[in-house]
Amino acid sequence: MIRLVVNGQARQADVEPEMPLLWVLRDELDVKGPKYGCGIAQCGSCTVLLDGAPVRSCSVPVAAVAGKKITTIEGLAQNGVMHPVQKAWIDHEVPQCGYCQGGQMLAAVSLLQKKPKPTDADIDAAMTNICRCGTYARIRTAIHAAAAAATAKRV
Amino acid sequence: MNDISNISRREFLKDSALAGAGLVVGFHVPTAGAQTGAPGISGVEVNAWVVVRPDNTIIIRYARSEMGQGSLTSAPMLVAEELDCDWKQVSVEYASTNEHIRRNRIWGGMAAVGSQTIRLSQDYLRKGGAAARQMLLTAAAKRWAVAESSCSVAGGVITHVPSGRTLTFGDVAIEASKLQPPKEVKLKDPKDWKLAGTSVKRLDIPDTVMGRQRYGVDVQLPGMLYAAVAQCPVFGGTVKSFDAAAVQSRRGIRKVFTIDSGKVLVVVADNWWRAKEALKLVPVEWDVGANGKVTSESIRGFLKAGLDVPTVPVAKKTGDADQAMAGAAKVLEAEYYTPYLCHAPMEPMGCTARIADGRVDVWCSTQTGEGTLATAAAAAGVPLDQVEVYKMQNGGGFGRRGGSQDFTRIGVLIAREFPGVPVKSLWSREEDTQHDFYRPAALYRLKAGLDAAGKPVAFKARVAAPSIFATLLRLPLKDGIDNSAMEGFAEFPYQIPNVLNDYAQRDTHVPVGFWRTVGWSQNPFARECFIDEMAVAAGRDPFQFRRELLAHEKRPLGILEAVAKAADWSKPLPPGVFRGIAVTEPYAAFTAAVIEVSVSDKGEVKIHRIVQGIDCGYVVNPDNIVAQIQGSVVYALTAIGRGEITIKDGRVEQSNFVDYPMMRISDMPKVEVVIAPTGGFWGGVGEPAQAPIAPALCNAIFAATGKRIRSLPLSHHGLTLVKA
Ligand code: FES
Ligand code: FES
Repeated sequence: MIRLVVNGQARQADVEPEMPLLWVLRDELDVKGPKYGCGIAQCGSCTVLLDGAPVRSCSVPVAAVAGKKITTIEGLAQNGVMHPVQKAWIDHEVPQCGYCQGGQMLAAVSLLQKKPKPTDADIDAAMTNICRCGTYARIRTAIHAAAAAATAKRV
Repeated sequence: MNDISNISRREFLKDSALAGAGLVVGFHVPTAGAQTGAPGISGVEVNAWVVVRPDNTIIIRYARSEMGQGSLTSAPMLVAEELDCDWKQVSVEYASTNEHIRRNRIWGGMAAVGSQTIRLSQDYLRKGGAAARQMLLTAAAKRWAVAESSCSVAGGVITHVPSGRTLTFGDVAIEASKLQPPKEVKLKDPKDWKLAGTSVKRLDIPDTVMGRQRYGVDVQLPGMLYAAVAQCPVFGGTVKSFDAAAVQSRRGIRKVFTIDSGKVLVVVADNWWRAKEALKLVPVEWDVGANGKVTSESIRGFLKAGLDVPTVPVAKKTGDADQAMAGAAKVLEAEYYTPYLCHAPMEPMGCTARIADGRVDVWCSTQTGEGTLATAAAAAGVPLDQVEVYKMQNGGGFGRRGGSQDFTRIGVLIAREFPGVPVKSLWSREEDTQHDFYRPAALYRLKAGLDAAGKPVAFKARVAAPSIFATLLRLPLKDGIDNSAMEGFAEFPYQIPNVLNDYAQRDTHVPVGFWRTVGWSQNPFARECFIDEMAVAAGRDPFQFRRELLAHEKRPLGILEAVAKAADWSKPLPPGVFRGIAVTEPYAAFTAAVIEVSVSDKGEVKIHRIVQGIDCGYVVNPDNIVAQIQGSVVYALTAIGRGEITIKDGRVEQSNFVDYPMMRISDMPKVEVVIAPTGGFWGGVGEPAQAPIAPALCNAIFAATGKRIRSLPLSHHGLTLVKA
């Protein structure tokens, strides 16, 4: 039995240790926010935060994350209050089909934690997730907006 | 929000109540505003599009699909505009596909393909809203026993003007629903629109952002099993033999078998990863059939032979091109080539199906609910009215989830092996990449004759390409022409006195299908680059050259001029920066692009600026048009830069995003959008923007380097796309 903390809740799964975290979340624990896009750490649709850092859950064996804190897009809002990134994503109508967007937002959250005021170059370096619908221009705008909103709050 | 007067849906809810909350998918109702009413209150169907509930909230039905193109919002906006309700009252629900069949296809077209949702349903959507409005107004006037002409409607409230009395839609919905629908309704003049034409927030976005959106791949049903699939790597091949015993005892494996006369090898397990891992380990021998030696080169040779066939079906003929060519002062000739491309929507193919008691339920990301229903009925061997299709949000479509429905057929054939048990089939990315219905490879030969003054007197285009209509849809070709293969050549806008554009149908074993923007995604590369070649040969500015040839084509000319103006075409560029231009007429819309580049010695093509314009007649949701254009640019540049599916030993060489690479945010150039609607017609939005990108870019590369790009992708020419 492998124990995980998913979005603040203690969960457990009786699975092979090598099963990727993505499939434990999706098929065993019914956490559908992380998406399958490539299975080989190329696209980032499966991104989750592991103790706050983004990982591509399709390529992380579940045994490696036992006991760790996992945040998926479902767990990003706190007590019904959207994360500034989510708010910016809605204000700027970022998603098209939306399939990649859970991963995009989690990658953005982590970027903003490390760099509260990211430059375009920071965004280019950190946001390597694929969006087949081509929402990149809006992702960039929304990240800058979320950064500005957070700064405004702190002042 | 789910229970409206809809038999199939009520039955389904009964099932879902038994099954628990996990089943509540497939009819999720996005809402426009906070005031959406308490769940569980029945609504009254005023007509097929409009359901009104006693608390005066309104459900507008949406009949097509949502894959990110935004029509789930913009189509209901047209209903709401004529209904004169408050958009905050509105929630949207998918029309039941099963009910559609049983009610004589009451919701019209169900397919989200061909950029047609708005342009082909705007008339009946607006009439549906207007008719419901009229019925609600009549019901109120009757209740008050006053003349209808003394009543007005706004914000979902009917007012008797002389007395100031009011009734809400909810108050009179039951009476309204019993009235005969009006025979005729008068539609608003678009210039009087209040809601349509404004940037309305897309209804599905909040769910996406909160992680609540449900895609086909997310369907979860009690007792569900999971299937991984492998088709023969060589298209059309079958399983000769396989050894189930090799994986049968692995954890969670339920069954290893083939379906569809051995065309597909399937592993079903209690978890998809277990199924997929086992599938990799099943020893299998394929009978690859006759096509095991086909290569990209052999296909290209076959296309090339199509260029040399003396006479083929003619799509466009004016005057006598051959004779005019013979008398021309200058003749140019060039061959262009575009490769096979894979759709690669972010969500791979898949389908969940349950067959029980002669009835089939399908949960699916599909661009055509009706196509899915028909395919499921055929695969399960049941009548159409015994199938329900729950349309899920599509994780991208781009044409892949339209006509072919191979994923539905496979999903239902698998479910047949497990009566009463829902089975979710999901394709791996590799399977998705290697078993697509690809954008056809196409070879073009273009020829032009100019007179001594550089004026074009003759134009010829021969397109050698497979036919999607003949092979995928199995439709007879009218006069031998596949309309999608000849897009941009059959309706040739340039005023040249002698034109001959013809089509050599060259079908191969590689399946082809509708890839976003279809023929318009590739034909303009040949057409608009060659027009550029003609301009250069004539010593003319490519914008002015086009302007003159389009002088009588008001709309292509209009968008061309609008984009050139926005891009400051007449102003000089900084040293080292060059521009290209192109214009196209796809899906009843008109698009043009100007692209500015600089090219380094190392072959880096820096994109400094893209100005992209569209005239789609009427604009329903402007910000969504901007989004579609931004997305189209990415889809186009991804293909132009490095996109190519190649064939070796009869099979696709690429498998995943490592060898079929995708553009990322670091390469995203600046895109300026020009929306220039001229009214009087309804054009598409989701696809047209992609059409002029490749030629505008390659014309800019020519301006910068003198090197004419006549085949794609650019990586074959030592060129890489980067943002400035
Ligand atoms: S599915 Fe994990 S990176 Fe693509
Ligand atoms: S929004 Fe569709 S893949 Fe990103």
